[in-house]
This record gives sequence, C-alpha cells and structure tokens, in this order.
Amino acid sequence: MRKRIHHEDFKKLLKDGMTIHVGGFLTNGSPEKLIDLVVESKVKDLTIICNDGGYQGNGVGKMISAGQVKKLIASHIGTNPDIAQLMNTNALEVELVPQGTLVERIRAYGAGLGGVLTPTGLNTLVQDGKQVIHVDGNDYLLETALGADMALIGGAVADAYGNLRYKETMRNFNPTMATAAQVVVVEPVQDCTEIDPEHVITPHPFVDYILRGE
Amino acid sequence: MDDKNIIASRVALELKEGDLVNLGIGIPTLVAHYVPHEKGVVFQSENGIIGLGPDLGEANDIVNAGGMKASIVKGGAYIDTATSFSFIRGRHIDVTVLGALEVDKEGSLASWIIPGKMVPGMGGAMDLVTGAKKVIIAMRHTNRGVHKILEKCTLPLTAHRQANLIVTEMAVMEVRDDGLHLLEIHPNHTLEEVLEATHATLVVNDVKPMKGME
Repeated sequence: MRKRIHHEDFKKLLKDGMTIHVGGFLTNGSPEKLIDLVVESKVKDLTIICNDGGYQGNGVGKMISAGQVKKLIASHIGTNPDIAQLMNTNALEVELVPQGTLVERIRAYGAGLGGVLTPTGLNTLVQDGKQVIHVDGNDYLLETALGADMALIGGAVADAYGNLRYKETMRNFNPTMATAAQVVVVEPVQDCTEIDPEHVITPHPFVDYILRGE
Repeated sequence: MDDKNIIASRVALELKEGDLVNLGIGIPTLVAHYVPHEKGVVFQSENGIIGLGPDLGEANDIVNAGGMKASIVKGGAYIDTATSFSFIRGRHIDVTVLGALEVDKEGSLASWIIPGKMVPGMGGAMDLVTGAKKVIIAMRHTNRGVHKILEKCTLPLTAHRQANLIVTEMAVMEVRDDGLHLLEIHPNHTLEEVLEATHATLVVNDVKPMKGME
C-alpha cells in the first residue's frame, strides 16, 4: 500500500537545487497540481527534466515563469516563448536532447545502466563533446544515464496498492520517469480499487507517494 | 488546390499498403486526408499512439504529437515514449514525412534551430529521420523566394544524409548516390522555374508531370 500524501507534506519533500523529472507531453499527462505545489513552495535553482517546455501558465511553464528553474533538459521548447526570453538573459540554461534519446537516458538510469548508444544526433551539434563508439561497423553516440531526485507523475489511474495504468495518451514519459528517481510522487487523474495485474503499467514498488485529493 | 494540398496529396501517393507512417506537424499532417482508408496505412504519433486518427470532437485526453486533440482507430494501441522511439529508431516505421528549413542535394536537412533567432528544439525529428526506412521532406519549394533546397545546408543539421525524397508544390526530387534527381514537375511550373527556385545541382533526365496532377 503506497502512502497517500497531503499537499503540505509533499511541499516538505522539496528542496532548493533539486533535479526533478516531470511527466507529460505538451501538458498531456502533466501533473499540474504537483507543479502548482512546487510553485507555492518557492523552492529555487531546480533542474527540470521534461519532454518540452510546456506553455505559458501550463505544465513546467509555471515553474519556469516563477523563476524557480535554473536548468531545463527537454527535447522541444518552441511552445513556450518565456523560455527563449529567459535564455537570452542567461536566466535559464537549456539542454536540448532528441526526444528518443531523452527517454532512453532516463530509462537507462532506472534500469541501472550507465547510458545508451544511439545513432540519433551523429554529425550534428548533438554530437559535440560526446564519445562516438563503433559497434559492428556502425557509429553510435554514447548518451549517459539521466536520473533525478524526484519524479512527478501524472495521467495515471492509481489503485489502492499504488499500481498505475495510464489514461489514453497521457502515458508518454510517465512510466519511464517513475523508474528513475529517488522519490516518485503520483498525481492520479482517477482512482480505482484494483488494476488487473495484466494491465498494470507501473507496478507499485516504483511509487513512493500518491497525492491526496484535497 | 493550394500549395499545401498539392504537396500533401502528392506525398500520399508514396505511401504503400499497410505502411506504418509518422507525419510531422504542418503540411505533413494534411497527408492523412489523401490516403484512402482501403490502403490500410497505420499512422504512428510519437507521443504514444499506434493508429492515430483525426479529432472526432469527443471528450477525452487523446492528443497528437502537436498537442492537438486526436483519436485512436480500431486496433490501435497506446504506448509509452520509450516504446514509441523503439518503433522509430528501431526501423519499424516505413515512412516519416516532415518539413524542413533547408535540405541539400546529399539529403542532409536542417529543421530545429536558427542560431541567434529561433531555438524550438528537435523534438522527435532527429530520431525519426535517423530511424525511419524512408524520409520524405514535404515543404514549400522556397521560403517566399529564399532558397531552401541547397548544395549544402547552412543551418545546423537535424541529420546528415537521411532524406530520400523531397516533395514541393513545384516538383518531386529524389536523393540518390549520384545526386539530386528531378523526377516530376507540377504542370503549373516550367523546368526553368524549378531550376531557378533550386540552389542545388539537379540531375535532369526523364522528368514527368507530377503524379495526380497531370
């Protein structure tokens, strides 16, 4: 049985300088309430790992606009004009990672691997500073594992044990991020008594806390 | 028919029965309108759908890779991002169709950054062009008169030598080992116009009228 956590107790888990995975794809499956609580907590100097930069006033965009984010690691930032502005004044550092590479780096961390070898990004700016490794006649970039202090998971249907399945396209990065952080907090979109074991996507041992509806 | 629909309808003729296809945002999205249902083409959306369908106006949380409302077809599946990019990088996608800022005669393309001006990020594009079996660039021939089809790309690359076919409102061109071959010209345009709008050496042998536009 996973621990249900109150809003105020969740805020106590947050610290300045944390690295946080945030699930969701252009805010579909984004843990919006957990993000609001991070904003309320006023923690700062965060490194946020998310597929994208969300929108102004939505998704991780809320933490970015609040000036809480020191570094964003994402595959796409074009939907949030705040980001380009903050980058221009050096108020925000952005590391752009190809989407497939980003998810594999997270998956690698969760699976106890040091990194992955991918052909994506060869002969582009993405290759800069990275090792090229030859395997069976092909070149690959060595992309290192990417873990976090905390993962904020959205889009989930949670059962009483803390098992998760995900609603429609809200699955995206969520199940992978749930494997790759010291503390995993879930904001369910729906609760149920029990998920059929054949349908569980994230088994409950990956989950530390489930946010209570308040 | 406007330029966008000329391009989209011509690209649709490239898709074969049962192909698994990823369509990018913008003109590529329109391609789906021109693919007859009987062809059994299946669309993949990198945010997590096998069997992407159009927005049917239903209340749900299904979005496409542009974050817009969508649907899932019968027999479809929701997948997480890691599985989605296993499809993409693992050579399980038959065709990817996407736009570009620049393409060159060797099939290198640029689409994710204009240094000092615009940094939207690569999203899934680098993985798609690296892993798909066939890469089709669907775009306007020029950017309001400024050349986009070049001897060599000037912007940072999305990928090196990965594009196979370029479809514009004026022409269809194929990247081959011996150069960029001009295959078809839209009946509204002359060879001279195409050559003038192209800043790359074109191999001109047996040019036909654009398929579907004769």
